[in-house]
Amino acid sequence: MVGICSYGGYIPRYRLNRTAVYQAVGWMNPGNIANAKGEKAVANFDEDSITMAVAAGLEALAGMDRSMVEGIYFASTTMPYKERLNAGIVSTALGLNDHIRAADFSGSLKAGTSALLSALDGVEAKRLHNIVVAASECRLGKPASPQELIFGDAAAALVVGDHDVIAAFKGSYSITYDFADHYRGQSAKYDRQWEDRWIRDFGFDQFIPEVVSGLLNKFNLEIQDFTKVIYDCHYPAARKKLNKTLGIAAEADQSNFQAEIGQSGTAQSLVMLVNALEEAKAGDKLLVISFGSGCDALYFEVTEHITNKAKTRGISEYLVNKAELDNYTKYLIWRNILPGDAGLRSEEDVWTRWSALWRSRKTVLGLWGTKCKQCGTAQIPPQTVCVNAECGAIGDMEDYRFSDKTGHIASFTGDMLAASLNPPAIYGQIEFEGGGKMMFDLTDCNLDELATGMAVSMSFRRKYYDEKRDISGYFWKAVPMKEVA
Amino acid sequence: MATGIKDKVAIIGMGCTRFGERWESYAEDLAAEAFVECLEDAGIEKKEIQAAYIGTHIDEINVGKAAVPLGVALKLPYIPVTRTENYCATATEAFRAACYSVAAGVYDIVLALGVEKLKDTGYGGLPASVGMGVQQFMMSANMTAPGMFAQLATAYSAKWGISMDKIKDAMAHVSAKSHANGALNPKAHLRKAVTEEQIKAAPMIAYPLGLFDCCGVSDGAACAIITTPDIAKDLKKNQNIVNVKALAVSVSSGEEAIGNSWDGAHFVTTRIAATKAYEEAGIKDPREELSMCEVHDCFSITEMVTMEDLHISPKGGAYEDIMGGFYDLNGQIPCQVDGGLKCFGHPIGASGLRMMYAMYEQLLERVPEDRKVKNRRLGLTHNLGGMPHQNVAAIAILGID
Repeated sequence: MVGICSYGGYIPRYRLNRTAVYQAVGWMNPGNIANAKGEKAVANFDEDSITMAVAAGLEALAGMDRSMVEGIYFASTTMPYKERLNAGIVSTALGLNDHIRAADFSGSLKAGTSALLSALDGVEAKRLHNIVVAASECRLGKPASPQELIFGDAAAALVVGDHDVIAAFKGSYSITYDFADHYRGQSAKYDRQWEDRWIRDFGFDQFIPEVVSGLLNKFNLEIQDFTKVIYDCHYPAARKKLNKTLGIAAEADQSNFQAEIGQSGTAQSLVMLVNALEEAKAGDKLLVISFGSGCDALYFEVTEHITNKAKTRGISEYLVNKAELDNYTKYLIWRNILPGDAGLRSEEDVWTRWSALWRSRKTVLGLWGTKCKQCGTAQIPPQTVCVNAECGAIGDMEDYRFSDKTGHIASFTGDMLAASLNPPAIYGQIEFEGGGKMMFDLTDCNLDELATGMAVSMSFRRKYYDEKRDISGYFWKAVPMKEVA
Repeated sequence: MATGIKDKVAIIGMGCTRFGERWESYAEDLAAEAFVECLEDAGIEKKEIQAAYIGTHIDEINVGKAAVPLGVALKLPYIPVTRTENYCATATEAFRAACYSVAAGVYDIVLALGVEKLKDTGYGGLPASVGMGVQQFMMSANMTAPGMFAQLATAYSAKWGISMDKIKDAMAHVSAKSHANGALNPKAHLRKAVTEEQIKAAPMIAYPLGLFDCCGVSDGAACAIITTPDIAKDLKKNQNIVNVKALAVSVSSGEEAIGNSWDGAHFVTTRIAATKAYEEAGIKDPREELSMCEVHDCFSITEMVTMEDLHISPKGGAYEDIMGGFYDLNGQIPCQVDGGLKCFGHPIGASGLRMMYAMYEQLLERVPEDRKVKNRRLGLTHNLGGMPHQNVAAIAILGID
C-alpha cells in the first residue's frame, strides 16, 4: 500500500488584520472592501518559503526515523534561490541523508500536488521508499492590490511511503491548461492577475468540475462517496456555486482557511489536506484538488493506522497559537516592500563564504554539534578538543543533533543597538536538555514574555539578507514553547 | 622556578590624551600626543627607547594592521616595534610585553602604547561584526556588546534571587559615581554629573541596560615607559617610583560559552586572574589591602559583578557594597577614580594604559585635592576583553613602596 504516512503543517505566528490593511491602502482601490475580512498569516521577518517548509517538515518527521527518508520534494513559487537547490537546503536542515533524491517543484500553484504525485509514483514504482513532500509559499501582492489581502503564508509537509500508511493513495486525475490567471515574469516581485470574473466564472467554474468528473468517472465514484472534498478556490461565491453544482455537502467542504490564513499557493491544498487528516477516521475517502495552470485531483482512503498517528500541531494548533501583527507598515518593511532604515550598522557587508558554509553545512543548516565519545559531553558548535576539562579528548567526537532538543533560557536581552527589522534584537544563552549551550537569537516572541529557565525549541530561520547579492543566509533560532489550551 | 614580575620593573613616565570624540585627530595624532607627555615625564630622549609594544584593537577603521603605521607615526628609529591585540586587554598586553622584556634583561627602556580611533564609523556603539571570524559570523546571534553584557544582569538576578529593580538601583549608583568622578577630570570624555533618577529613566539600549549604563565610545591614547628599578632610581632621584607588583591574564577555555557549568552571572577569567595577581603581589586580603582600582566598567553591570570576581565584595553581595558607598571616591576602595570607561571613555586599545595612568597619577600625588584618594599605596587595574561568555581578563597591580 502506498500513501501518506505522516503530515505536518506550519502557519507563521503573525496574523495581519485585513481591515487594518484596507484602512491603510483601501483608498486606492475601494473595491477591495470585499476582500477586507478576517486575517492573513504573514511570515516573520526572518522567515521565507524555505524556513516554513523546514518547520512543516520537522512536524511531519517528528518521531520518525529520518534515516529512512530517500527523497525530498519541495514545492513553491517563491523559492529564495533561482539557482541552488532549495530542496537541498530544506533537506540539510531536516537532517536527512546525503544520499537521497531531491527536487524543486515550481511554476504553477499546483506544483504542491505535482510534487506529491511524483512522490506517490516513486514509491509505487518501488524506486524510493519514503519521500518528504513539502510545499511552502510566501507570495506578495502589491500594496493596495486584491492579492495583498487574499494571499497568506503557510506550509505543509507529508511523508509518502509504503509502510504504516495513514491515507492510502487510490488514484489521480490531472488536467493542464496554459490558463494564465496569475503570472510572474523573470524578476517580478509581485503577483499579477487577469480579471477576477474571468478567473472565477470561467477558470474555477470550468476546471474544477472538469477534473472532478474526470476522477469520478475514472474510478466509478460519486462525489458523495467522499468524506471531505479538499479544493482550492478562494472566491466565496464560486465555492458556493461549485458546492451546489458538484453536490458537495456543507460538512464535506473542507475549509480553505481564507479568513484565518489566506490563499497559500502551492501549499494551499496540502494545508487543507493536513487539517482534514487531523480529523479523519479510518475508511474516510478524501478528494484533494489543486488549482493553477490546470488541476490535479488525488483520491485517498484513510486507513486504521490514522489512530496510531502521533499528535502533531497539524494546522489547528496554529489557528490558536498566533499573535496579531498590529502594524501594516511593519509588514511592508519585513517584506522589503517599504525600504525602512535599519541604520548604518545594518549596511555592513554580509558575505556568504560558500566554502566555509560547505564545511559547516551540517551545523549551520542542520544544527548538528558533536558529542565526545570518551566522556559523552554534548557540545555545539562542533569541537575537536573536548570542552570538558576533566576529559580533554582530542578528535574523538561523533555527530549529535541539537535541532530536536529542548533548550532553556539561561540569560537573555532585548538589544536596541543591533541592526534589526524587528527591534529589539532578542537573544540569549540557551542550555540544552542533555547538555550543550550556545548563544542564539530568539524569535516569535516579545521581550516582556521572557524569563530565565523558560523552555525553547529550535527553529530554522533566515539569519541575514544580503541585499547586494540578493540572497539569504540561514541559521537556527530559539522560539519559546507555548502551552496551548 | 618562575618568580613573577613583582618589583622587577618600574614606570618612569606616562602619558594620556584627553579622551573623547576627537573628530580632529587620527590615531597617529593621538599616539603622538600621549607619547610627548610620556617622554617629558620620563625625562629621557626618544633614542633611549630600545623597543616598543603598541596596542590597537580595531585596525580596520583605525591605523591598519601591524605596528608599522605607529612606528612611522612616532618616527621610532628602527627599533623593534610589535603590535599587541587582545580585545579590551590590548593596552595591558602591550604593557605586559614591555615589562617582561625589561624583566628578562633584554632591554633597559621600553615603550608601551595603546591607541584607538573609534569615531570614524558613522554610528553609535562599536563597529559591527568586524573581526568576528568566518565561523562565528555564520552562527552568532545578532548581538552587540551591550546585549551580551546585559545578560549578566538577567543571569545574576536568577542566580542570586535579586530583583531586577535592586540590580537597577545598584547599576544606577555605579554610573552616577563614575559620572561624578569624570566630571572632575579635564581629560575625561563625559564630564557631566547625572543623578541616579536620570540614569534609571534613560532610554533602553539592551534590556536591562539603559543609555547611562553604557560607557563612552571614545578616541584616545595612553602610554608608559618601563625600565629597571635601578635605572628608575637613577633617573628619579628622591622621588616616589611606581613599581609593577603583579600582571595576570586569564583567557576563556570555552567552558563558559559551550560547556555546562557556567552560570552566566560572573567572569570565570577575572576570578582566576585576580587570584593569581594577588598571589604575585603578595596580597592576602584585597578588601583590606588595595587602595583603589580602575575596573572594566564597559557597562554598569560589568562593574557590579567584577567587584565580586576581584574577591573584594562577597559573592552575591556587591549590591550592599555599592549602595553603601564602598567604591565611591570617599569610600574604602574608590573605584573608577578618573571616571572609568564609563566617563573617562573607552578607546579600546588604549584603556588598559589609561587605567594605569589613573593609578600612576594618584600614587604620585599628581591629582588636585578634590580627586585625591586617601591612603594610596596599591592600585589595581582590570580589563575584560570580549564577551562575558568568551573573554580575556587582564589585571595589573601598581604600587609605591
